[in-house]
Amino acid sequence: MPDLKKIGAAVYGWLNERLDLEPALAHARAKTVPVHKHTFWYYWGGISLCLFLVQVVTGILLMVYFRPGPDAYASVREITYEIHFGWLIRSIHAWAANLMVAAVFIHMFSVFFMKAYQKPREFGWWTGLALLGICMVFGFSGYLLPMDELSFFATKVGLSIPGVIPGMEKIIADVVRAGPEVNSFTVQRFFALHVVVLPLLFIPLLAFHLFLVQKHGNAVPPSERLKPQAQRKSIPFFPNFALKDLAVWLIVVNVLALLAAFFPWQLGPQADILKAAPIGIHPEWYFMSQFELLKVIGRILPGVSGEIAGIGLFTVGMVLWALIPFYDTETAGGRRARRATYFGLLMLLAMVALTVYGYFDLK
Amino acid sequence: MSKADQSAPRPPVEEVPPLTRRTFVKAGMTVAGAAYAAALGYPLYRYLSSPAENAAVLAAVKEITLADADKLPREAALMFKFAGRPALLLHHADDTWTALTAVCTHLGCTVQFDKDRKAIYCACHGGMYDPKTGANISGPPPKPLTKYVAQVLPGKVVITRA
Repeated sequence: MPDLKKIGAAVYGWLNERLDLEPALAHARAKTVPVHKHTFWYYWGGISLCLFLVQVVTGILLMVYFRPGPDAYASVREITYEIHFGWLIRSIHAWAANLMVAAVFIHMFSVFFMKAYQKPREFGWWTGLALLGICMVFGFSGYLLPMDELSFFATKVGLSIPGVIPGMEKIIADVVRAGPEVNSFTVQRFFALHVVVLPLLFIPLLAFHLFLVQKHGNAVPPSERLKPQAQRKSIPFFPNFALKDLAVWLIVVNVLALLAAFFPWQLGPQADILKAAPIGIHPEWYFMSQFELLKVIGRILPGVSGEIAGIGLFTVGMVLWALIPFYDTETAGGRRARRATYFGLLMLLAMVALTVYGYFDLK
Repeated sequence: MSKADQSAPRPPVEEVPPLTRRTFVKAGMTVAGAAYAAALGYPLYRYLSSPAENAAVLAAVKEITLADADKLPREAALMFKFAGRPALLLHHADDTWTALTAVCTHLGCTVQFDKDRKAIYCACHGGMYDPKTGANISGPPPKPLTKYVAQVLPGKVVITRA
């Protein structure tokens, strides 16, 4: 048997002479991950990344058979019922989408409470928020593509929410929906958005986000920052943390396979413009809190003014959320830092409460 | 093992290296990795090969009916699909009929009936076939075109495999 180590060393030598790999490897070797009682939360960025990769692969596979436009429903029906394992690929894509949104939310809140947005990591926070935003648009646009009853009404309702802002309805009808109702042109352009535009935005942003993590390393929570350097513990990234990360990815893939196999994603009846909305229709869980916020405010303040107040409140919340690195700076500490934490708890609580209440509030 | 066994003469046994934890884990990882690769690879292959599998089912078709094909004029040809691939129905000047596959045996282009040359002609590389027998008469085709049986009935032509 040829000596694999020798061949490997020769190949590495050849590449290194041309690509100068040594500095990158030296960086990788020196990289460490802090170990403390909150280390668990460090895995969630990686889990999000893993699920994104699953989306890329399964998304490309679905594109092999999906036909946007008037044939959208028929092609998804074929994928689900006729193509071998098409139901599995589609189910994995749908489940991974949901799990990815969940993982990104967990990642975001853990970053918030660890105060990992503080100097010098502000851009990590902002790129992360932008990635979450794109992720939600991925979810919204992907949801329409099967063109069944649920996707039709979800898109219809989703697009009419910003439509209450004066002047927006026409722009949405002209540019986004391509007509007064959701139709085959909507599917076609949502498809272009979903598979070309969004990945073009998402991937470079993700690369920058990951680069920043390499540059700054993991942030440690405030409790850990108080400890003297000698008392802080860490493990090497290679191979210790990377292997643990990989083990977590394996768990994620297994969970995904189980969910997709035992709870395959359903395909409803074909969207029909003349059919009434099914009873109990509701947005996907990750849009539920925003939707419920509008609903609750609408009860207090009926009509368009309520809608606009709701959208306004939501926008203000999001802006404050994005600007938190300016308010709670590294040097701030004390009362400001505590207030930032309370703000985070309030947002988390509001989101969870509105989501849960939203499901009870369906009838 | 009893003492009696130990004292008995034994044939020399080849030294087997002890099973270390490392080799055990390595073997286990290899098996698990192979299982994963198979679990991912098999559905993926079947997923991508679905249309080809359906085409193979279609190719098993033994007979098709071409409605109104009996009205095809003499010295004319009709293209039809047989088992998912193109085929030619020819009505000759002497009122005989021929059905042939229209896939050139050279590189798979679709052939056509050339009225002037009274031959089946492939535009890709100039291959020619006899329109009555399907025999390759000139150019690069290595084999004749496969012939089908054309049964001309009132109001239809039934094509079957020879």
